[in-house]
Amino acid sequence: MPAVSKGDGMRGLAVFISDIRNCKSKEAEIKRINKELANIRSKFKGDKALDGYSKKKYVCKLLFIFLLGHDIDFGHMEAVNLLSSNKYTEKQIGYLFISVLVNSNSDLIRLINNAIKNDLSSRNPTFMNLALHCIANVGSREMAEAFAAEVPRILVAGDTMDSVKQSAALCLLRLNRTSPDLVPMGEWTARVVHLLNDQHLGVVTAATSLITTLAQKNPDDFKTSVSLAVARLSRIVTSASTDLQDYTYYFVAAPWLSVKLLRLLQCYPPPEDAAIRGRLTECLETILNKAQEPPKSKKVQHSNAKNAVLFEAISLIIHHDSEPTLLVRACNQLGQFLQHRETNLRYLALESMCTLASSEFSHEAVKTHIETVINALKTERDVSVRQRAVDLLYAMCDRSNAKQIVAEMLSYLETADYSIREEIVLKVAILAEKYAVDYTWYVDTILNLIRIAGDYVSEEVWYRVIQIVINRDDVQGYAAKTVFEALQAPACHENLVKVGGYILGEFGNLIAGDPRSSPLIQFNLLHSKFHLCSVPTRALLLSAYIKFINLFPEVKGTIQEVLRSDSQLRNADVELQQRAVEYLRLSCIASTDILATVLEEMPPFPERESSILAKLKKKKGPGTVPDPEDNRKERCANINGATNHSSTTANAKASAPSFIGDLLAPVLPPINRPRPVSSLSLLPTPLTPLSLQAYAMPLSPSAGSHFQVSSPASDLLSLGSASTLNSTPPSAPKASASLLVDVFSDNSPTAPIGAPAVVVADENFSRFVCKNNGVLFENQLLQIGLKSEYRQNLGRMYVFYGNKTSTQFHNFTASVVCQDGLNSQLNVHAKPADPMVEGGAQLQQTLNIECLSDFVEAPVLNIQFRYGGILQNISVKLPVTLNKFFQPTEMGSQDFFQRWKQLGAPQQEVQKIFKAMYSMDSEVTKAKIIGFGVALLDGVDPNPSNFVGAGVIHTKTSQVGCLIRLEPNAQAQMYRLTLRTSRDTVSQRLCDLLSDQF
Amino acid sequence: KKNQNTAKYCDRSFGIRFILIQNRAGKTRLAKWYMQFDDDEKQKLIEEVHAVVTVRDAKHTNFVEFRNFKIIYRRYAGLYFCICVDVTDNNLAYLEGIHNFVEVLNEYFHNVCELDLVFNFYKVYTVVDEMFLAGEIRETSQTKVLKQLLMLQSLE
Repeated sequence: MPAVSKGDGMRGLAVFISDIRNCKSKEAEIKRINKELANIRSKFKGDKALDGYSKKKYVCKLLFIFLLGHDIDFGHMEAVNLLSSNKYTEKQIGYLFISVLVNSNSDLIRLINNAIKNDLSSRNPTFMNLALHCIANVGSREMAEAFAAEVPRILVAGDTMDSVKQSAALCLLRLNRTSPDLVPMGEWTARVVHLLNDQHLGVVTAATSLITTLAQKNPDDFKTSVSLAVARLSRIVTSASTDLQDYTYYFVAAPWLSVKLLRLLQCYPPPEDAAIRGRLTECLETILNKAQEPPKSKKVQHSNAKNAVLFEAISLIIHHDSEPTLLVRACNQLGQFLQHRETNLRYLALESMCTLASSEFSHEAVKTHIETVINALKTERDVSVRQRAVDLLYAMCDRSNAKQIVAEMLSYLETADYSIREEIVLKVAILAEKYAVDYTWYVDTILNLIRIAGDYVSEEVWYRVIQIVINRDDVQGYAAKTVFEALQAPACHENLVKVGGYILGEFGNLIAGDPRSSPLIQFNLLHSKFHLCSVPTRALLLSAYIKFINLFPEVKGTIQEVLRSDSQLRNADVELQQRAVEYLRLSCIASTDILATVLEEMPPFPERESSILAKLKKKKGPGTVPDPEDNRKERCANINGATNHSSTTANAKASAPSFIGDLLAPVLPPINRPRPVSSLSLLPTPLTPLSLQAYAMPLSPSAGSHFQVSSPASDLLSLGSASTLNSTPPSAPKASASLLVDVFSDNSPTAPIGAPAVVVADENFSRFVCKNNGVLFENQLLQIGLKSEYRQNLGRMYVFYGNKTSTQFHNFTASVVCQDGLNSQLNVHAKPADPMVEGGAQLQQTLNIECLSDFVEAPVLNIQFRYGGILQNISVKLPVTLNKFFQPTEMGSQDFFQRWKQLGAPQQEVQKIFKAMYSMDSEVTKAKIIGFGVALLDGVDPNPSNFVGAGVIHTKTSQVGCLIRLEPNAQAQMYRLTLRTSRDTVSQRLCDLLSDQF
Repeated sequence: KKNQNTAKYCDRSFGIRFILIQNRAGKTRLAKWYMQFDDDEKQKLIEEVHAVVTVRDAKHTNFVEFRNFKIIYRRYAGLYFCICVDVTDNNLAYLEGIHNFVEVLNEYFHNVCELDLVFNFYKVYTVVDEMFLAGEIRETSQTKVLKQLLMLQSLE
């Protein structure tokens, strides 16, 4: 029986460890450690050469001290010396110290590599293994450079010992993970595949891991591994439980190897060769059969090992998604586990069934377990199990059971853990929308959501209900009636007030015939909530009121009264005050016709992917939350993909003219567009009517035409279509067109000859890098404000010229110039500005921007006007910067680092280290990074104080993916910013822009 | 189509991210890292894992989601053995991987207790490297591992 006595070998070490354990306080411990460090230092420095044993002992003590959490700044050299000892125990301590303590930048790396090299060629298997383990543990680039060629040679050499082969295989795997570019594929690859046939199951185990890793990257090179893996698996699962002796674990034959082989097979589609395919099916059937046999042992180890293999087999069955019988059998097996007394098995069954639910073949079988799953939701003690139950209910939902599942989720929501409420809300909202046959049910469900979990109902959810009500006229009357009733509750959630305000403002007329909900009653009901609401809700209510004036002339007086009150007209909040002033004025001066036009019902929203689905995807990470039904279709197309016939069937099915399907089918964005784009629809603009107009509404009767023009454009998404962008508003006054300077037709500066040269103002420029709105320029006469929005390679900027004086500006012109090469990179089209700006008035100008290719310079806005007879010239750099054309891209950690590696060429990376200009507040930093335009990726960087982001720069000619990493060093008050993009000019420009922000 | 299917599984697994053995008080008895972390980050991970794992009771699963990964853990007397893997990895295989490792330790140290791991920390690393390497399972046969350990023990 192998056993070791405590601390044998190194008495001094054992004594030291005991001393440390006996220390009564942290101080005593530190004192003892310092004493020991002094002792070791003097030994190392002493004249007398230390023998190997002492060196080993002291290095081991240093290691112990380091592992206790103390810094070690010496002893490295002695550890390296130990590597060349010919005694195992000394070598081992040396290698251990190196693996734990030496980082890759160490100066000692050459000495270490030298020692490793010697050991690798020593032909002593013990030493070779120590060296290989060290490479595998450190895995640095330097080691990869030194040994990437040598390790494969050792692995496939005929005379290599089995245990060395095991280590070499995994060592190679590590080098392939850390420095794939340095591990050249070669003639060794074929021989590695044949290790699957090796006599020694330990070698097969290690080789399977290596092959799986390599096959994930180069599936074609390792195709032959499929038949070998099937053969191996077959031999294992059909063996008697004692055949494999050493590798039988609690009566289960080689469970870990079986799992690994099954995972390797998941890198490939089902085998094409019928014989191999048949053999694999037999294996899978055998595994499923074994699950039904009485257990050979009552020990949990037995059932765990058996089930580890079973779950992996089920994963493979689901991955292949081609054998209906196996899928249904898998589902029945999991169904049994759903009621198992082991929590682990219930959890895993729920998780696994979730993926089964997305298969066409097993979806129905999964559905039969609905009652058990609902029961799990109610009774499981472990929140993570309940979470899986929610996931499964979501995955198994279809039209037949949607009402039941939604009802159960709603009732669970009342008591659900806070951590998962928001997700449940999103899921309920998606299911309710997706499977609504009757939209009154949908409206009821969402209002229930708001009632039960109002705080967790995000904007996306209530925006969406409004979009749907607006787009479906058969539900508008019901919606108006229902919100009206819901608002009767003495305490209702603010989200309900928003939905109620919006819907009554649009469709209150549909229920006004009922004396119980007459216009006045509706208005009073809404207004009774007004004072309890936040500013954005109040703003929305004011818009609802002005809409009421149009719908119900009889309450005009009452509403004007409210608008006229001091609490509105003199409200401290500028947005509320402006709305009150403008709405009041509008209601006083506009004719009924104009009012009716301006305040017309909102036009239907363009169909697009549900913003809620996008949000859920974002929450769970892309790819992890499939739209249940789409996924089934996609999979169906996948398996049958080989034949055109069946994929067209799938397509036909997808586009089947289902009444509801048509209206609500999420419109997936084009493939070249990163998914989160759809979240743009979350911007409040599309859903707060008039907000854009309200911002810029001139106080003149021509307001009407403004509303007409901008009403469709108030949906930000329309920016995406070039036609909308470029079409000039039909009602734009013709007369003013002739006064315009058309930037497109003349790119030369428009300053008149003889006008004094002006300095281009740019002091506020960098403030706009991470934001889109604000004051760009101000002097005694003029204030220039900006409001801008960007979408892909297009942008629109509203420039507001405020005349700060009390006299008119004459001959006012404002034009944009793209100097030098910029005009071939950026199109800026300025719409005409009025030539006269009244004293105290504000003039608005719209700029349409198109990014053709990446650029560095900024366009210049030239303004000229006469004030008191004197010509004024002002030039300001317009903050149109490259990062404005970012679309954020969400991705997981693996994706990120994979891409990061792909962008590893030296010219693709730009790095800058700089001193912090502002205080290093992580929330502010986050906001800036998001404002910069990239998606801020949480949990990607192993160090949580770092920030990483990803996005795609859209130009007309190309898209440039971009990864960002910002590493703050609070101690030094420094940042390190690294950018990687596929284009060096982009990396450089973005780095320059962003590094100025912190 | 086939490529698409393959691609889906392309970045499936990265193996074990780290192995931790901690006692109830949070003292680390072994930390083995298979990914680059700096020292501060390691300390943070150690504390977070301890916080996540020790609040769970025996009726809970042996798996817990952790950041973007999951922790598979099992408690033996006062010690928690934790393995951090990808969310798609096979839970039960790693759970039994822990037990297999513990049985080897038990044989090797002859009824292992926490103190054995303290005084022989440098040997525990050898046991780990025999059974897990580069974040993958290296050897699962207890007989083979113990034979090898015994052989190493006999070397000077």
